[in-house]
Amino acid sequence: MNYVRFDRKTRLLHGVVMITFLGLSATGMPLLFSDAPWARALAGLFLGFKGAGLVHRFMGASLLLAVACHIADVSWRAFVRGERGLFWGPTSMVPQPKDVRDFVAMTKWFAGRGSQPALEHFAYWEKFDYWAVLWGTAIMGAAGLILWFPVFASRMLPGWMFNVALFVHGAEASLAIGFIFAVHFFNGHLRPGKFPMDLVIFTGTVSATELQRERRAEFDRLRAARALEQIAAPSPALVRRGYIVGTIGVSLGLALIALIVYAMIR
Amino acid sequence: MWIRLGSFAAAAWFVAGQAAAGQSPPKPPANEDCLACHGEHVDAKQFEASTHGPMACVDCHADLAAIAEFPHADKLAKVKCASCHHDIGSKYHDSIHAFAKEKAGLVVAPACADCHGKHDVRPHADPESRVFRAKIPGTCGRCHAGIKEQYDRGVHAARLKIGEAPAPSCADCHTAHTIQRADTEKWRLAATAECGSCHAQVVESFRRTFHGKVTEIGFSAVATCAYCHGAHDILSAANSGSRVSKAQLVETCGRCHAGANERFVEYDPHPNPSDYTRSAVLWWANRFYWVLIPGCFGFFALHGALWFWRGRKGL
Repeated sequence: MNYVRFDRKTRLLHGVVMITFLGLSATGMPLLFSDAPWARALAGLFLGFKGAGLVHRFMGASLLLAVACHIADVSWRAFVRGERGLFWGPTSMVPQPKDVRDFVAMTKWFAGRGSQPALEHFAYWEKFDYWAVLWGTAIMGAAGLILWFPVFASRMLPGWMFNVALFVHGAEASLAIGFIFAVHFFNGHLRPGKFPMDLVIFTGTVSATELQRERRAEFDRLRAARALEQIAAPSPALVRRGYIVGTIGVSLGLALIALIVYAMIR
Repeated sequence: MWIRLGSFAAAAWFVAGQAAAGQSPPKPPANEDCLACHGEHVDAKQFEASTHGPMACVDCHADLAAIAEFPHADKLAKVKCASCHHDIGSKYHDSIHAFAKEKAGLVVAPACADCHGKHDVRPHADPESRVFRAKIPGTCGRCHAGIKEQYDRGVHAARLKIGEAPAPSCADCHTAHTIQRADTEKWRLAATAECGSCHAQVVESFRRTFHGKVTEIGFSAVATCAYCHGAHDILSAANSGSRVSKAQLVETCGRCHAGANERFVEYDPHPNPSDYTRSAVLWWANRFYWVLIPGCFGFFALHGALWFWRGRKGL
């Protein structure tokens, strides 16, 4: 038996974030690491600084648009359709008291005491991922727009904000690149139990055994409410494509991390 | 008497024999021989005081060393400085001056003597030399008069005049012998390093900016030093005649950023996040990320490592 974990919209959103994030990283890194020996060659892949800048702006605008659509969608679901549980409850992305308890239980398990916590729909590290992307997109998007339209921005902001914007854009980029290509890849794909890849973001479905093992609290809650049938799904599609796209994405990300590590230890 | 006659005969026989065999180089003329005719044209004292003073005329006017009949022909071979100064000769050969003279046929383009002089060549450390540091602008300015006029207005010329050793004259940026066109992308990008050889911290702070990063990886679509500060007539920002003075900044930035205004030019083209007095907000932003980035990575590195270690041991 298989169950739906991510609907089509969520998977599409992740797809846009994945592609634009890789593109933004590859086109931004030549400037972020402008003293690295590979900086000029990486910009050369995009036909130089102008090409890289063009791709960077296009990708940035696309990501901002996707995130705006997501916020509009959540608002519509919450305030127009009156959907409950979006901002509080077991399936909410908002951190819950249970997340603190889960983290404590997880730490105890690391230390060899007790068992892994029974997780709900989103684990605390997944919530961290989500809010990190949202925070990062807001900060980097705002800074990026200031740098894209400096003369327009100067009607509202003093010029030294360009300095702050460039610094924050770079610092936040270092954080985001490192976080996604190391932490998110590990938590999502490379950690024990998931290696080599978790396909759920591509197929949208998990097997009954996986749901029961990974998210026992959710499984038990749905079974008690007799709601499991409502999320029953056919056997997963897009497995092959998921592996291909996922492998390419993870490989590109790890390649970019390798470039950064090389630039730092050189 | 017999001995003298004998030695004369022996010498005559020897010379005749050599001449018959066609191997006899005629004795080259001594400097005094040359000056007998050229004394008016060449100042012997000046030549003797020059760096080439100990040399013979024919060391440079080499084709005369083999000529027996005087007066010699009107047209002589050009002096080839590179026959001794090989390295400098090949450097000059790659320069824009050599290109103009040798390839483009621009007769006024300079060769060695135009800058160094002819019979009065002195080492560049000699204050009397035409290529002595403080005299270089005057030497270059004999042709580049307009540029010299600009340079003389600038702060570098003023420093050079009062004898401040590091103040740059022409050759510090343009080099002495490998002078290139200054309007190429390559030259403009390399010039930043030249400014940085004195203004190291200023260039370091410039490298933190978008302008600095784009030009660092070899693209010249954005500003480098000279775009804002000018090239030859650089003035202190405190001087209202400077392009980077408060009075002119809006116009200077506006040359690229159409519509730049008073607030726009509050941008700091040389930021330093560790300098609280320069920008408190930037300093705080730096501090914030200095905590956030290691905090995030540290937390999840530990979290991941423990998970990996525990996961391998089995649930």
